[in-house]
Amino acid sequence: MSEQIHHAFEAFQRLTLVEKTDQLFVFLKHLILVCIPESLQPLVSGLLSVVLIMSVFPGIFAIITVIERKGLGRIQNRYGPNRVGIPFTKIRLCGFGQFIPDGIKSLTKEDIVPRDADKIVHFLAPIVMLIPVLLAYAVLPFGKNMTVSDFDAGLLFFFAVGGAVELSVFMAGWSSRNKYSMLGAMRAIAQMISYEIPLILSAVTVVMIVGSLKLTDIVAAQNYYTLGVAHWFVFTPWGLVGFILFFIASLAESNRCPFDLPEAESEIIAGYFTEYSGFKFALFFLGEYLGMFAIIGLGITLFLGGWTAPVSFLTFIPSYVWFLGKMIGIVFVFIWIRGTLPRLRMDQLMNLAWKFMLPLALINILVAGIWHFMCPDWQRWLVCTAIIFGAYVVLGRGLMGNQKLGKRTYRFAE
Amino acid sequence: MSLPFIIIAFVTLFAAAAAMSLRNLVHCALALTVTFAGLAALYLNLDAQFVGFAQILVYVGAVAILIVFAILLTRSGDSPNQAVLAPGWFYGIVISATIFTALGWAVLNSGALPKQILAAPEATVKSIGEALMTKYVLPLEVIGLLLTAAMIGAVVIALKEPAKTEDSGRKS
Repeated sequence: MSEQIHHAFEAFQRLTLVEKTDQLFVFLKHLILVCIPESLQPLVSGLLSVVLIMSVFPGIFAIITVIERKGLGRIQNRYGPNRVGIPFTKIRLCGFGQFIPDGIKSLTKEDIVPRDADKIVHFLAPIVMLIPVLLAYAVLPFGKNMTVSDFDAGLLFFFAVGGAVELSVFMAGWSSRNKYSMLGAMRAIAQMISYEIPLILSAVTVVMIVGSLKLTDIVAAQNYYTLGVAHWFVFTPWGLVGFILFFIASLAESNRCPFDLPEAESEIIAGYFTEYSGFKFALFFLGEYLGMFAIIGLGITLFLGGWTAPVSFLTFIPSYVWFLGKMIGIVFVFIWIRGTLPRLRMDQLMNLAWKFMLPLALINILVAGIWHFMCPDWQRWLVCTAIIFGAYVVLGRGLMGNQKLGKRTYRFAE
Repeated sequence: MSLPFIIIAFVTLFAAAAAMSLRNLVHCALALTVTFAGLAALYLNLDAQFVGFAQILVYVGAVAILIVFAILLTRSGDSPNQAVLAPGWFYGIVISATIFTALGWAVLNSGALPKQILAAPEATVKSIGEALMTKYVLPLEVIGLLLTAAMIGAVVIALKEPAKTEDSGRKS
């Protein structure tokens, strides 16, 4: 056994400093694995990865809730949470301790179940929500050699477990015996099913070009550089359109503003989790944010090069830092959008999905095919860009239909 | 029979029995969803990744939602008062058990099946995709055409009727 440890150390010694920081966690896991008997290795290997995911992403969730409240506060010209710091001192940490009292509060609050609620389904709904969301993390490549379970149909797995979330939303809405909950659940399911189609179709283009559903293959296909710039798919005409479609659809899938009709506070209180309190509410909250992180992670993997660096001279930064950095960057854009855009109406929501995004995604698949079969020079850039631009203009004008928009008038509060 | 198979099979059968015998229709639909998921787990247990995930994507993600929507849109949430089992349930069980035994006996003793166990074929997602796009491209196109026709039919049914028939529609 000591020989194996010695071997592992030797292999680690041979790496350069950059590779060492990059592969540190992989090495540590390997080191733990060689120290235990062989029969236990698969179990411990899985356990280590799961513990890491279960601690890192909820941790990010905790920080993001504070960032979101502070960011929204800044956008709306008020202070966000800025009080909670270290107890009995004057240190306030800019309010970044807020998530700890929030967590304690939701743990200690009374768990209220409505008298007429369906007790079992009401209890199961938050669990059914959280499990598929956590499962989705199994296939995401967080860094170089850092994928929990890297199997052949990874992308398919991701979308399959995502489908189970709709069921939990229905369970929550139906079991509460509350009209607001039911309305919220109906809205959420209609929205999720509608936006799942452009989401999957925009991901199909990447699968067509790479020729694999394996997420590590997709990252590897983007991990090379020309003139120091990475070949991310977002830097191609079809990839840019695919990324924008994916981005909008992932906003809708994670029920974020401007697609937050399922939990529109001003219309239906809190939608499908109106009747949830205490820690069950916190579980929904957690599930929603973890789902958002997972889908952003998938978007990064498909279009933004996964854990690779955008320019070759920045490759010294470890791969997991790139992944998490890109993820938090996009979450920041989500918060920005939430603070900026008003909520859509139901018919506008459906029109956008079915009359604009779906045709554009289908045309984008055609463009990806053309891109694949034309010889790689400037002509295919021209042809693909022209098709996409034409389709965008025609669809945009068509969606506007005969609506005549008058001149925009501005009103200000005095 | 490995341990995972036994666990999955037990959960699937239990959920299927629950789907038949529960009183509340929405509970039945949810139990049926567990059955679908159990079937998907069985496929995955046999290393059939594509079929397993497609089963989850289509049945758990779409068909289950369709069923619960159909239940909610057609009847109220109250559970019915009559007994769950139909009056002749005993004879039903006897007949179905007899037929199952006869069929099982016939299948196990038939000469059509090869006796030796074949090596598990390599069914990766890639090979399935290649087969669909080359050897079975015509059936795929035909299914696509059929589904498109069905979808157009659904849209035609769902279209708003002309204003003159609006009153007759309200009465029915």
